[in-house]
Amino acid sequence: MNKLLKFVLALVVLAAGAGALVWALNVRDEIDVNTPVAAAAPGASLAERGAYLARAGNCQACHTAQGGQAYAGGRGIATPFGTVVTSNLTPDDKTGIGSWSSAHFWRAMHNGRSKDGRLLYPAFPYTSYTQVTREDSDALYAYLRSLPPVAAPNQPHALRFPYQSQAALAVWRALFFSPGVYEADASRSAEWNRGAYLVKGLGHCAACHTARNALGGSEQGLDLAGGLIPMQNWYAPSLASPYEAGVSDWDNQHIVSLLKKGVSPRASVTGPMAEVVQRSTQYLSDADLGAMATFLKELPPSQATAPEPAAIKTQGESVERAAKLYEQHCAQCHGAKGEGIANAYPALAGNRAVTMGQAANLVQIVLNGGYAPATQGNPRPFGMPPFVLVLNDTDMALVLTHVRQSWGNRASEITPLEVNRIRASTASAAR
Amino acid sequence: MQQTRFGYSWLCALVRLALPAALAWAAAGPAAAAPPPFEDSIAQRAMACTACHGPQGRAAPDGYYPRLAGKPAGYLYNQLLNFRDGRRHYGLMTQLIEPLSDAYLMEIATYFSQLEVPYPAPLPATAAPEVLRHGRQLVLEGDAARQLPACVQCHGEAMTGVAPGIPGLLGLPRDYLNAQLGAWKAGQRRAHAPDCMKEVVSRLTLEDINAVASWAAAQPLPASTKPATSLPAAKPGAITITCGSAQAPAATAAAPAKAQK
Repeated sequence: MNKLLKFVLALVVLAAGAGALVWALNVRDEIDVNTPVAAAAPGASLAERGAYLARAGNCQACHTAQGGQAYAGGRGIATPFGTVVTSNLTPDDKTGIGSWSSAHFWRAMHNGRSKDGRLLYPAFPYTSYTQVTREDSDALYAYLRSLPPVAAPNQPHALRFPYQSQAALAVWRALFFSPGVYEADASRSAEWNRGAYLVKGLGHCAACHTARNALGGSEQGLDLAGGLIPMQNWYAPSLASPYEAGVSDWDNQHIVSLLKKGVSPRASVTGPMAEVVQRSTQYLSDADLGAMATFLKELPPSQATAPEPAAIKTQGESVERAAKLYEQHCAQCHGAKGEGIANAYPALAGNRAVTMGQAANLVQIVLNGGYAPATQGNPRPFGMPPFVLVLNDTDMALVLTHVRQSWGNRASEITPLEVNRIRASTASAAR
Repeated sequence: MQQTRFGYSWLCALVRLALPAALAWAAAGPAAAAPPPFEDSIAQRAMACTACHGPQGRAAPDGYYPRLAGKPAGYLYNQLLNFRDGRRHYGLMTQLIEPLSDAYLMEIATYFSQLEVPYPAPLPATAAPEVLRHGRQLVLEGDAARQLPACVQCHGEAMTGVAPGIPGLLGLPRDYLNAQLGAWKAGQRRAHAPDCMKEVVSRLTLEDINAVASWAAAQPLPASTKPATSLPAAKPGAITITCGSAQAPAATAAAPAKAQK
């Protein structure tokens, strides 16, 4: 044999080996969907439990198109790799999951594989849902089967090359996904374990609160140390850092209040998290929210150190202009000293959402305004008006810098460029 | 000395009383009145709306953000749902109301519907007389040959709307009316099914739209700008149309937004 042939042969063997490895990694922990299982009797109580779990997983939010029928899919999820369109989860035979067995459903939740064997895109957060137990998966299945069937054919995804290929997805999964049900930590309380199960599993908090790499994978595991939400220009703050949204020094009941009502004495939610509270966490039992709070309080503190206090300009034309803008546009609600108004408008002094190193949310809130979610516990929230048409980039940067550097706040300056970047991205997303 | 002292204290009093007022006025900007104190009210909660739609929802000066004050509650509620559910398109609006409940949206709609705020005088019409004549004809009479009902058949004889679901047509800038009718024609603005306005607008040409908008925008306001409480009696041979509307949310005491006729 000549050398070239040997080389080619070696390459073929290597490729086959790598392919086999990727394949093996992709079928880890999969069941044979054709093996009959003694199904739990699909009674009303199972479906009822499933309805609760579907809230915990916020399934409806993604699997419902804007103004469309609940769970009939069709919502486009924009990702850096293209748009993934959610599927019809109603029990329609032809277009939904009417022909799926509970084993097919389990394989989708646990292994990220569709009924027809296709690998699913991780915009469906099976990287988290894989931690859900078979029992809970079956309850969800029973609930979805109890919905009225809607005939709504699934729409094709619009992903760019090479992301649209199953081979590329298989490689991604080999790198960033490993299936496995949540394993309880025997050294921790049952409550802590329940909280961990909900946060890591159905709650899929890591989908936003854990940073993703350039390929959309999470390298750091489930550290919940904060990340920019792809395409949305909102920052999901670290749940482990005392300088962002860590809650280690919060009262348990304040954490529960934030997730139940959307407001608490320590903070309120807006933006993407308002949707999560409105559609998901407000419906969870106090016991489950308390468990999540216990888990979140005890997250290992991140390595984050306090941000360097910024050098603050105290004089000059721009400083005076910033103070005047604040007085004109902000002070009426947030107070002359950034003290806010209890139960209505958040204080800006000492507010971590104001002083966080990542200022995307602050810019978003002032540009586009926003309400805290209307919940059972806070049905008539107060709102922030949009300033996108009132303040130009320069003035907005001035006033944001002012609130980040007044009343004891010592955060870095916001530049007009930063404001402009987010203004441009939200203007295009809003169309 | 006495006089000087008097003069000094007079000056002092002036400075003490007038200067803070002048400073406050300067700080608030020449156009804005002193901000109202905080109160736990629906008006306070609606300040996120009035930032664009003008104080008390009296419309923004640019004519782009329409008046909310005094429009029928059911109509305003329907529009909020239309923005939320993608039948109307304005990202800022959709994003703002997305986390709110049906009941709360109805409360906001009801609040604005109950505000009685004077309308600004209409701007004089600039369109050619024959355009205005055509507009007037379509608004008041319709065009039976083209199956076009008169606007007043549903929007009220005084064009001030009909509670709870049909908006008035007066006090709206021509550009806004043009934009809305154009959006309907292009399928960019929709309503609950059956979408009667879609039907009507599909029979209008762009010239019709311009004529209707030009004439309606220039009409003076009647003494009472309140929406009528019932539809005008149908004229013989009037074209019948059916319009969809949202069910009012259960948890509200507001008048239910029944399906329009």
